[in-house]
Amino acid sequence: MRFSIYRYNPETDEKPYMKDYDVDVVEHDCHMVLDALLAIKNHMDDTLTFRRSCREGVCGSDGMNINGKNGLACTLSLDSMKEPVVIRPLPGLPVTRDLVVDMTQFYEQYDKVQPFLQNSDPLPAKERLQSPTDRAKLDGLYECILCACCTTSCPSFWWNPDKFVGPAGLLQAYRFIADSRDTEMDERLADLTDPFSVFRCRGIMNCVDVCPKGLNPTKAINHIKELMLEKSV
Amino acid sequence: MSIATQTFDAIIVGGGGAGLRASLELAQSGLKVAVVSKVFPTRSHTVSAQGGVNAALGNTDGSDDWRWHMYDTIMGSDFLGDQDAIEYMCKVAPETIYELEHMGLPFSRLDDGKIYQRAFGGQTRNFGRDLVHRTCCAADRTGHAMLHTLYQKNVQAKTKFLNEWFAIDLVKTDAGIAGVIALDIVSGEVVFLKARATILATGGAGRIFQSTTNAHINTGDGFGMALRAGLPLQDMEFWQFHPTGIAGAGVLITEGSRGEGGYLVNKDGERYMERYAPHLKDLSCRDVVARSTMIEIREGRGCGPKGEYTLLKLDHLGADVIDKRLPGIRELARTFAGVDPVKDPIPVIPTCHYIMGGIPTNINAQVVTLDRNGVDKPVEGVYAAGECACVSVHGANRLGANSLLDIVVFGRAAGLHVQQSVREGLGFREPTQSDLEAALAGLNRWNNNTKGESVDEIRVALQKVMQDDFGVFRTAENMQEGFKKLKALQERLQYAAIKDKSNCFNTTRIEALELDNLMATALATAYLANERTESRGAHARYDFPERDDQNWLKHSVYYADGRIAFRPINMAPREVDAIKLQAREQ
Repeated sequence: MRFSIYRYNPETDEKPYMKDYDVDVVEHDCHMVLDALLAIKNHMDDTLTFRRSCREGVCGSDGMNINGKNGLACTLSLDSMKEPVVIRPLPGLPVTRDLVVDMTQFYEQYDKVQPFLQNSDPLPAKERLQSPTDRAKLDGLYECILCACCTTSCPSFWWNPDKFVGPAGLLQAYRFIADSRDTEMDERLADLTDPFSVFRCRGIMNCVDVCPKGLNPTKAINHIKELMLEKSV
Repeated sequence: MSIATQTFDAIIVGGGGAGLRASLELAQSGLKVAVVSKVFPTRSHTVSAQGGVNAALGNTDGSDDWRWHMYDTIMGSDFLGDQDAIEYMCKVAPETIYELEHMGLPFSRLDDGKIYQRAFGGQTRNFGRDLVHRTCCAADRTGHAMLHTLYQKNVQAKTKFLNEWFAIDLVKTDAGIAGVIALDIVSGEVVFLKARATILATGGAGRIFQSTTNAHINTGDGFGMALRAGLPLQDMEFWQFHPTGIAGAGVLITEGSRGEGGYLVNKDGERYMERYAPHLKDLSCRDVVARSTMIEIREGRGCGPKGEYTLLKLDHLGADVIDKRLPGIRELARTFAGVDPVKDPIPVIPTCHYIMGGIPTNINAQVVTLDRNGVDKPVEGVYAAGECACVSVHGANRLGANSLLDIVVFGRAAGLHVQQSVREGLGFREPTQSDLEAALAGLNRWNNNTKGESVDEIRVALQKVMQDDFGVFRTAENMQEGFKKLKALQERLQYAAIKDKSNCFNTTRIEALELDNLMATALATAYLANERTESRGAHARYDFPERDDQNWLKHSVYYADGRIAFRPINMAPREVDAIKLQAREQ
């Protein structure tokens, strides 16, 4: 099977280039895109550089652009892939080397939404109670793996990576707004009212299309906008 | 030679649950701390834990007792666990869980709003009498929920992170541990991180086996570091094989799937655990279920064209329960086994999952070694917590959902004790030039070797030896054969080489350094597994099928030079009577 892979090592390459590899996916027992990348690194070219960890779609290390669409290399099957399989780093972030991008801006946007529970009430001796209905409001939000597939597929983020929080960050913002145990909803909403943080979302929905966990950041963003409207009335 | 130095009160090596719980404790105390993690913290392997975390809250059943949890843990450990440490862990478990809830961990809930608790293997009430629901969970993504919550709280506490930095070696001085040598993966820069206290929280090493539920990053880095610094490892013969890894892919299917009512069947459709363990059945301890499954397969009752797996049946639970309680399992089974568990059973096989052994510590998470008289001696300036440590709360076999508990309880204990030690005047140890050079030796070897075998060749060979000769069932013959092969590989490793010598994000160099740690871990396992001539917990021998309390009721301890020693097991809990030696249900 033929793979065409983006290569760039800042120490040796003046500019990035695409390199082809023919992988015997049967001999190397490759099922997923990640298996093929590992086969290349282990048997053909040990300079090929990419991140990987859990290999089961929960750690979010191996987000990359595969045949034009962001996804996780470890959960995308080679079965129905069009050849050559074109693999590039996630778009919109600086490339560190090959398929490794510098995710600093992505993490900064995450930190910006204060992604931690805040509750100014005195601590109870046991757990805070939460009804199953209230808990269910966190489903589809807390499962985010911070792979950055969504945010780096978003044109609004490409234009304003320093000012637009992006879908992953906003999903987290709403995860805490929606948590019945969090008491800082008003503050959280107020922090997002500038023209960029939330309002650069144009509802393009690339984020929904690419999310490997099937989450829906656009819906979360719309909930945030609705709450802002409600609070301002 | 000069080396850049950064100075901290505490350095934590590893950004999984144990490391982040320790760092949170320390960052909140105002000490200057940094977490060194070879991956961004939420990529650590804690994220893959599924089923839950044990604490005797009694939410589902109305009542529970930490003493019952303690009893179960000791029974599960096959009496190799230290009773003082198990007592401590089970007793503080409820407050530790409430803390996590207060931090925001999105636990599943019961109708009354309390934390939902499910059944899990080996968890009973009234000292073994009935099954209990003790495992707190966030659906089947508890590790993910825990790791993200801890990371988020560290963001709030403004913890300093050195992400994508690789800790190469401890810097050892005559007085204790002075810190670590670490490599910034992005730039290739090598730095001495000097600290009053160094906390190892490097996780497991499942990648010594061919087939493992573990992530690629679980390479036993803390084990290699400890051994090279002259520190011991303990009970490294005890590897847990999880009964339900997806056949072929090795991906974990949580024991919680059996806790929710799933069960294992052989090719005749027989629910075989009823035959092996009539009382606890599919919710027996993992070592029991894994062995039973291997016997089914060996005796020709496995499923599939080659009869090499059994089936985990869940479809009778219905789509509602599966989607509510086991949504992640449904996703994994579809992706990696090509089956939807709502309709079809999942092909599973016992798969290497967890190391019960590790760096020996006391209940304050201080690393201990043995002095000349064989007496415990804490090593100044170094701690260990989580899977890389051996406190020992898991003994010869860990109970499911006790590992997420272990990491938060002892991560916290490490943080608390470091604070206390610093308050009481714990200072720095000053390394000599040769101390620093010793810690750089491994890196220099890889940088200097130009021609030789590749990392992957040796790694694949090592994994095959461990899989073939140190698996679920062991014999002297196999292990000695395996041992010889390992020694040969160890020799070859000295001459292996990497071609890529660049500095920027050189993952080949990292994999080479990891291979040194895999080798150190595999050798420790081989030495101690050969030595222990009995069957206990996860260490099962055909040639010595019985537990031998007369000779082997003791921890085994291994040093890098091949020396083996023993430590007594603690049978003296502080508050309650010791659990007396007895047989386990088989």
